[in-house]
Amino acid sequence: MLTDAKIRLAGVHKSFGPKQVLRGVDLEIRRAESLVVIGGSGTGKSVLIKNILGLMQPDSGTIHIDGQDTTHARGSARAAVMDKCGMLFQGGALFDSLPVWENVAFGLIQGKRMNRAQAREIALEKLGQVGLPPEVGALLPAELSGGMQKRVGLARAIATQPEIIFFDEPTTGLDPIMADVINNLIIKCVRQIGASALTITHDMASVRKIADRVAMLHEGKIIWCGSVRELDASGNAHVDQFIHGRAEGPIQMQVRS
Amino acid sequence: MTFVAAIGRTFLLFLSATGRFALFTGQAVSHCVRPPLYLRLLVRQMVDIGYYSLPVVGLTTLFAGMVLALQSYTGFARFNAEGAVATVVILSITRELGPVLAGLMVAGRVGAAMAAELGTMRVTEQIDALTTLSTNPFKYLITPRLLAATLMLPCLVLVGDVIGVFGGYLVGVYRLGFNPANYIQQSWDFLEYMDVVSGLVKAAVFGFVIALMGCYHGFNSERGAAGVGKATTNAVVSASILILIFNYLLTGLFFAD
Ligand SMILES: Nc1ncnc2c1ncn2[C@@H]1O[C@H](COP(=O)(O)OP(=O)(O)O)[C@@H](O)[C@H]1O
Ligand SMILES: [Mg+2]
Repeated sequence: MLTDAKIRLAGVHKSFGPKQVLRGVDLEIRRAESLVVIGGSGTGKSVLIKNILGLMQPDSGTIHIDGQDTTHARGSARAAVMDKCGMLFQGGALFDSLPVWENVAFGLIQGKRMNRAQAREIALEKLGQVGLPPEVGALLPAELSGGMQKRVGLARAIATQPEIIFFDEPTTGLDPIMADVINNLIIKCVRQIGASALTITHDMASVRKIADRVAMLHEGKIIWCGSVRELDASGNAHVDQFIHGRAEGPIQMQVRS
Repeated sequence: MTFVAAIGRTFLLFLSATGRFALFTGQAVSHCVRPPLYLRLLVRQMVDIGYYSLPVVGLTTLFAGMVLALQSYTGFARFNAEGAVATVVILSITRELGPVLAGLMVAGRVGAAMAAELGTMRVTEQIDALTTLSTNPFKYLITPRLLAATLMLPCLVLVGDVIGVFGGYLVGVYRLGFNPANYIQQSWDFLEYMDVVSGLVKAAVFGFVIALMGCYHGFNSERGAAGVGKATTNAVVSASILILIFNYLLTGLFFAD
């Protein structure tokens, strides 16, 4: 059992009422590795991340972080997990009552008890890294475009330099050039800072650029997992259909015409 | 058989809802008495609840006092007991109308705002984001609201009492032709310490109930805009009903004999 796994999921199930979303997910994220999870929308990718973070409790299965069982961790054990993790939410989830810079500095001020002036400096620097000028810091999230909100969310997720970072669709809604800037930023977090990253994306250019390994979630299970070099020769019809974006194939969309 | 099963299911649902609510209340209260306390947020809530509710509460109690003087005058005139008008006004305002009217108005204003704000934060994942930034949402969101409402409602009611009594005085002196000095004299003569204090204790309980309902329904809001709307309605309705129930119970407690 002695591996380099930063996060290990085994047999994770999660249902909402009669709807089974995760049906036994086994997945491993290694130290200082960038893992990308792909899969159709509504397959439970966001739910997967929330289970790892403990924002939702799995119905069964186990989740280990740094070798410790955190499946049902509460209180200080959960707080210790949160201290290690940063998260970019799919919808941004910015605090709309706080100005942008305070959003970015939130984890530093509240979590790490840094003084506000210093936290503000770091926040403005992180904003710069996601391509936002310092003036944006004083605005409220509602005054920003969707793509800008996403980048603020990203700056917030990496501000505390967490060991584990979750990016839920980081490049969705960005123009191709800005998307590439964000890709570079994610690579930098992993390569330079040594963080483990789990990224969800539909953007194949992004997958090829940032992934060390790729896992595909389909019908509640990881149906394929391998290095990004193996992606084109996966030999898996589902993966092939997904990465080439074909309507015809084993994955049937429920549409009527 | 299905009928019995339906009753059983309803009963179990009721039990689990009660349990969830009790757990929420216990957690909320325990966070109120344990450090740390977010002073900045507490002050902001106190200003929001206390200061900005003043116009609503002032207007309500002003007209309540005025109509009370008018009504009791026409009633008491039939027994030649017009002298009791001032006493009736001050006792009704301090013991009943001040706290109840202020409570109901604040439930509409503040309880609804709390439920809508927390509900929106829930559905846009801002509450999840708080957790991932190592901040306890109970401490950050709920404690300041509970404390502020419990502390500010008595202040509001005290101001409302004065304004209500003043409303009665205006009608008494300028419309019903009482001698100002006599009116004030009659107001003071029969007023006891307990009349005011019981009203203020009621106000504190109402404040707690309003914030608890607003926070509970907002915090557990269902997904989507409809979920937030439902949470807001439930918060106002349940707070209003609980205020009337607690008003009866507390009156019984204070003035049993
Ligand atoms: N809190 C929730 N309550 C009920 N159903 C949920 C909840 N969160 C997610 N779901 C359902 O789980 C499924 C997967 O959602 P999600 O993980 O957001 O998909 P995606 O893979 O696009 O990120 C969806 O069908 C969604 O309706
Ligand atoms: Mg998603």
